[in-house]
Amino acid sequence: MDAEAVLDVRDLRVGFGRGVDLVDGVSFSIAPREILGLVGESGSGKSLTSLAIMGLIPAPGRVGGQIGFRGTELLALSEAERRALRGRRIAMIFQDPMSALTPVYRIGWQIAEQIRAHLDLSRRPTETRVLDLLSAMGIADPRRVASAYPHQLSGGLRQRAMIAMALSCDPDLLIADEPTTALDVTVQAQILELILRLRDEFASAVLLITHDLGVVAQIADRVAVMYCGRIAERGPREAMFGAHARVHPYTAGLLGSIPRLHGPRVARLAAIPGSPPNAALRPPGCAFSPRCAHASARCDTPPPIVPLGDAHEIACILPAVAAEPDHV
Amino acid sequence: MAGAFLRRLGQTVFVLFGISVLVFAVFFATPGADPSARIAGRGASPETLAAVRHEYGFDRSMPVQYAMLMKKLFITRDLASFVDRGERVIPEVLHAAPVTMSLVGGAAVIWVFASVLMGTLAAATRGSLLDRVLMIAGLIGISLPVFWLGEVVNLFTQSRLHHSWAFSWVPGLGYVPFSTSPIGWFKALVLPWCTLAVLFVGIYGRVLRADLVATMQEDFIRTARAKGLSPARVLLRHGLRTSMVTFVSLFGLDFAQLVGGGALLTEVVFGLQGVGRLTYQALANLDLPLVMATVMYSAVFVVLANALVDILYAVLDPRVRDGR
Amino acid sequence: MSEVLLEARDLTKTYGGGGLLSRRRRARPALDHVSVSVSRGETLGLVGESGCGKSTLGRTLLRLHEPDSGEVFFEGRDIIALSAGDMRRLRPEMQMVFQDSYAALNPKRRIGALLAEPMRVHRRRAGAAWTPAEIAERIDELLDLVGLNRTHLQRYAHEMSGGQRQRVNIARALMLSPKLIVADEPVSALDVSIQAQVVNLLVDLQQRLGLTYVFVSHDLGVVRQIADRVAVMYGGVIVELGDTDTVLHRPAHPYTAALLDAVLDPHLPFRRRASAPPVVTGADSDIGCRYAGRCANVAPLCRQRRPELGGQDGRMVACHFPLA
Repeated sequence: MDAEAVLDVRDLRVGFGRGVDLVDGVSFSIAPREILGLVGESGSGKSLTSLAIMGLIPAPGRVGGQIGFRGTELLALSEAERRALRGRRIAMIFQDPMSALTPVYRIGWQIAEQIRAHLDLSRRPTETRVLDLLSAMGIADPRRVASAYPHQLSGGLRQRAMIAMALSCDPDLLIADEPTTALDVTVQAQILELILRLRDEFASAVLLITHDLGVVAQIADRVAVMYCGRIAERGPREAMFGAHARVHPYTAGLLGSIPRLHGPRVARLAAIPGSPPNAALRPPGCAFSPRCAHASARCDTPPPIVPLGDAHEIACILPAVAAEPDHV
Repeated sequence: MAGAFLRRLGQTVFVLFGISVLVFAVFFATPGADPSARIAGRGASPETLAAVRHEYGFDRSMPVQYAMLMKKLFITRDLASFVDRGERVIPEVLHAAPVTMSLVGGAAVIWVFASVLMGTLAAATRGSLLDRVLMIAGLIGISLPVFWLGEVVNLFTQSRLHHSWAFSWVPGLGYVPFSTSPIGWFKALVLPWCTLAVLFVGIYGRVLRADLVATMQEDFIRTARAKGLSPARVLLRHGLRTSMVTFVSLFGLDFAQLVGGGALLTEVVFGLQGVGRLTYQALANLDLPLVMATVMYSAVFVVLANALVDILYAVLDPRVRDGR
Repeated sequence: MSEVLLEARDLTKTYGGGGLLSRRRRARPALDHVSVSVSRGETLGLVGESGCGKSTLGRTLLRLHEPDSGEVFFEGRDIIALSAGDMRRLRPEMQMVFQDSYAALNPKRRIGALLAEPMRVHRRRAGAAWTPAEIAERIDELLDLVGLNRTHLQRYAHEMSGGQRQRVNIARALMLSPKLIVADEPVSALDVSIQAQVVNLLVDLQQRLGLTYVFVSHDLGVVRQIADRVAVMYGGVIVELGDTDTVLHRPAHPYTAALLDAVLDPHLPFRRRASAPPVVTGADSDIGCRYAGRCANVAPLCRQRRPELGGQDGRMVACHFPLA
């Protein structure tokens, strides 16, 4: 186990009942103060991975492998021990801050509830802390926000309040599950800026789960791409974006699917054919091979993880493909 | 909040006015029928008819008739029954009301507590044996006819086992006013309460369980768990608190219709002279003034209960307060 | 400029605010004197953030919403003034595709029946109903066009992926050979790889069938890929309108520039912003420019006088101090 890492996930497996593993042997680690972008489409298993780390996989789920957190094996802990970590040292924010906040309680109450659950603070210091947290999120009038109900705030303010709540007990790891997907682009930019700043101020490592490569390219230090429950690629952000980057064919396909805002307009987007497979129908070899333009007979066996260079690895038999093929 | 409250109160008054007009129209302004004949009852003499016609102003215009009737109902409260030899009906209703209120109020306390307990327990242990047992028990409670259940209770507590140690405390059928003897009041009503509550415990328990199970799938429940809160706190403070909306609206309607006379069967079985029984007797005798008084009485309750439910909604859910 | 198919003049629409018992504050118009025209065969992109009025405009163009005032001319006829019957006869000419591909399909009917529905409820222009054989033939034709096959006809909506469902919605919109399609965020709910397929499909269909699109989206990249011209909306008005590449590469309105600046384009990495964009503080202005409260270049004039949309054909901007 990597003792340096905040989080060290090894061969994580998540499944339900007798079904196949929806998360199938996922490994990655996050260093202190690092932002890891975990990218994938729907059904890739990225959200299940985050819930497994939180210990929130509902029954009849099963979680296998290892999840090392600051040198402690989470899967060996009792439920009470995990609950003590949850919200205290590992905190999480969710996609839609409207539905993720309880509609009938005031924002301040909800933040204070988390503080009271973990820290031995009396009423006054708790109140002060709530207001401090809200102003640390760039909220100009924390008192008004603290006394508001979730529906009375804009999406951006709600997500700020959600982040304030997550950071209320100074967690070592913040898991952000599509934190900006439900927000407008200008608000998204502000929230991402906030996450970057807080990583420095609160010294939290961040696991950023998203489907949006643009978000990852903007703020992640390292990136892991998931496809159909497995890691397709992981590496430093610099190695995966840009004109000279060489990446997994799936990553290249995702990049090709995103229309360009600059440069020449292509007549057709280089879409990936087909749709992401259901994990239950995962092909025996490389899960991406049915949709891959480069697939060959060799792809019928599970691909090895191949190092490409400086901590950059892909699960592909090919020596990687250009990230920006028709762009010089 | 205060503004919303006042507005709701205004609406309530408006609705009550509408109902009173409707009641008036149905009983007195139906074309082709002589209301004095109906008020005077079957086989009344011509003199009685004339007296009624004059007393109710049937020889005058409609608005005057309406005003006179409302005056008799609410101000002088001397609306009299002709079937029952001039018995004044308002005191009769006011006399029956506390009986029904005691019966329904007590039953409501029981059914609210029991069904919250039952629904919460079942939802918390979803899929377990306990959940299934509770839900089947609820279904049985719903299917038991209240008059049958009441008769069975009476059979055991009043005759078969009345002299055993378990039921010797049970008084004879009938009502004991709270002001006369609080203990006697309680003893007289505890069995009717339970009998009446059984049906509602079943319905409310099942409804609450379904709502709670749905709520527990919500995103904010996941957030509450992610905060590291205890399972009990997640279930009660975040789940139950937000699942009460259907429960409250059902409660408002059921409570109002029971107070308005819907507890008739329970009142009959346990020999309680309540509003339901009064309405029934009035209908059986075609005692029009009494029918009208009880209809107005129950309408007032239904409307007030609805207003109360709306206010309770606003207390329960801040989104309702803001009109969202 | 080629022939105008659709032209909206001075459309105004305000939601809510009505009702005697409502206490909503004066509602802000969702559309505030919006004028825009669409040429035959072109794609007009409507972009902006949530609440800017782009969806309302899209729906009002098809008269799915009634505007408070203003006209919409479709092939020279004011459709707002049409009777319900005439509007219904015109419906086949103009169709809509929605964001939520699942909600747009009746979950209890098979895809085949859903596709046949438009031809069953509408008659051909000559007046006679379509025969089942014609309907079947048309369905075959469209399955081919949108990249589905006959096995999909027996399925239900929940048995299909999001991309397939959106293809069904597109096929259904095309059943009656419309001239105009308004697509409201048609790819926003899809995975990136599927989104690209559907965008390509829409482009292909336009070329093959000579369709005219109004494409509502918050995603500037997607809009650039598909739209010939783009209208940027803010606070119920069009703030900038022009050729897509002109507007997106040399924005003239500060809001367009801010939107573009906020886009995270993975094709342009390592562009870490020097400073955070300003946190929204100011409320939108009622007298002057709506954007004045958020604008980095705001001047006193902006708070006093509302800028009108003006400029040459290639680009119009509503700003006192345009950037380009």
